[in-house]
Amino acid sequence: MSELTMVKAINAGLRKAMERDPKVILFGQDIGRLGGVFRVTDGLQKDFGEHRVMDAPLAESGIIGTAVGLAMRGYRPVLEIQFDGFVYPGFDQIVSQVAKFHRRMAGSIVMPITIRIPYGGGIGAVEHHSESPEAYFAHTAGLRVLTPADPQAAFLTIQQAIACNDPVIYFEPKRRYWDKGEVDESLAALDLSAVADPWRARVVHTGSDVTVACYGPMVRTCLEAAEASTDISLEVVDMQSISPLDLETLASSVERTSRLVVVHEASKSGGVGAEIAARISEKCFYSLEAPVIRVTGFDVPYPASRLEEYFLPDLDRVIEAAEQVMRY
Amino acid sequence: MAEDRVRAVQLLTPEGQRVSHPDYDITLSDSELRGLYRDMVVVRRIDTEATALQRQGELGLWAPCLGQEAAQVGSARAMAPNDFAFPTFREHGVTWCRGIAPLEILALFRGVTNGGWDPQVNKCGPYSIVIGAQVLHGVGYAMGIQFDGAEDVAVTYFGDGAMAQGDVNEAFVFAASFSAPVVFFCQNNQWAISQPRDRQSNVQIYERAAGFGFPGVQVDGNDILAVMAVTKVALERARTGNGPTLIEAYTYRMGAHTTSDDPTRYRLAGELETWRLRDPIERLKVYLARQGIADRSFFDQIEQEGEELAEHIRDGVRAMVPPRPESMFDDVYAEPHARIDEQRSEMLEYLSSFQDSVG
Repeated sequence: MSELTMVKAINAGLRKAMERDPKVILFGQDIGRLGGVFRVTDGLQKDFGEHRVMDAPLAESGIIGTAVGLAMRGYRPVLEIQFDGFVYPGFDQIVSQVAKFHRRMAGSIVMPITIRIPYGGGIGAVEHHSESPEAYFAHTAGLRVLTPADPQAAFLTIQQAIACNDPVIYFEPKRRYWDKGEVDESLAALDLSAVADPWRARVVHTGSDVTVACYGPMVRTCLEAAEASTDISLEVVDMQSISPLDLETLASSVERTSRLVVVHEASKSGGVGAEIAARISEKCFYSLEAPVIRVTGFDVPYPASRLEEYFLPDLDRVIEAAEQVMRY
Repeated sequence: MAEDRVRAVQLLTPEGQRVSHPDYDITLSDSELRGLYRDMVVVRRIDTEATALQRQGELGLWAPCLGQEAAQVGSARAMAPNDFAFPTFREHGVTWCRGIAPLEILALFRGVTNGGWDPQVNKCGPYSIVIGAQVLHGVGYAMGIQFDGAEDVAVTYFGDGAMAQGDVNEAFVFAASFSAPVVFFCQNNQWAISQPRDRQSNVQIYERAAGFGFPGVQVDGNDILAVMAVTKVALERARTGNGPTLIEAYTYRMGAHTTSDDPTRYRLAGELETWRLRDPIERLKVYLARQGIADRSFFDQIEQEGEELAEHIRDGVRAMVPPRPESMFDDVYAEPHARIDEQRSEMLEYLSSFQDSVG
């Protein structure tokens, strides 16, 4: 076991994936000598060479579109988009090509492309550097969407995303990049699919009164809320996979607690929380004692950084929502 | 770097020597020349003060324009009042010349606003952070000028990195197709964060205009006289219905990409030293002094003006308070919107619950 930041854990996971499969190549802006703006790929170009860790010209559509061709040629591209708000120039290639190619070719071609995107707010950044665009991708058939909550999960799921034959949008919670946690690197020597199923949700804190579903950067916030909540016992479920959603794990928790609060940074309307609420309402109708409540960012463009604390769900808002569902 | 293929127009050498060029020239009065010097010194002072304020935690980020003052001031001062500038996040010299108050720019980097000035007042668009997006906007604005039968010109700024973006290449196609009155002003500062220019393209940037069907010209971006001369010609060309021009201002990003960046990881110190000898301000200063256009008292006075502005900026930035939290719901839509009103009320109710518990 070693204590690593999430940045170092993803770096270690990328390294394992590259050692395991020579077809794994990294492509993105400033990921080579600089090691990426967050240093996630630090040292990888030095160790694996310029043909496996490549600096791309400044064009997201170019990075993603060429990855489709590289995948057709048998490569397993791992792409870095520098910030959440810069993925949109590549959106067309993701939605119309990456997501649909396998289906279009009746399964004869796979698109094992991993698109890494640092996302979310809380770092005091300028515009386009704090967004949570996961719902766009979760809404697109053909894509899988993963987001790790801690270094251990990041170390494993980045490797599993890369090994997956489907395209995976891999959202990295940038404000948790520097959080440290124990990482068991020896797990990488095992059959990864036997270690932990990346597509399953995880109960990360057990409780009895209210289930709190969350993912990515909000997992730590919800764990803190669970610790701070003395009157109400919160069960925190890290969804981890936003597409597909592991509704079975979540439903079994809600059937015990009878109440659900969903938490994410992204805006409320049309968000992932709406999908979770609708599904759980269908599955757990007779167990629910209260409507499903969402704690989310507001339906506004991500605000200037000095206001982001009012936009982002925090411990108080999570507990207040728990109190609200308890009043029913 | 393919220095042998650099064909930059130059009117003032790095040593401050006035030289001639067969195609470009400019005649400026003494007071105009002193004005250009003042602009560059003041812009640099704003820039260094902002960098310092970021280091002190007063700004979230800063994108220095250090070394690019001649490219920015020279091109912006060539524009007519009704011409319209489309800047990127590094164009502090351009916004200065367009009359945007420095504190407006600093508010953006302090994180109290995402823009806010009225583009129609100063004929200057917002800082574009998404690389290359504003270049298409500039072409569209130019098409509007053309449809209106007006004689204004749009000037869109971007960097060498943006030359890779689809939006920029599409902007070239549209501008050529409509023969739009637009000037594409590319500051080639040699580095797209960590990627050197020669890794981005096998040809000089200005050469790429030919493939789109309009002229491209490379200018010494640290020579304010040449920048101004070349920009004036491109503006006149656009104004008289002859379509777009791509100007490549060959310059250098003396600072980091932003204050979050560490350029020592990817470039050599020697390169910086080479470019320090080509400083845009120093060469104009030498020229002004040698020609007797300005003397020590003038230079001291400008320096003093810079210090006063720096103090004004320091005080102004520190006095900037975050706007009301509920202001994030303002201007999301121009028309009434029920869900926004609902969420604003929810936020206010939630925030007032804290005041109750404290009071």
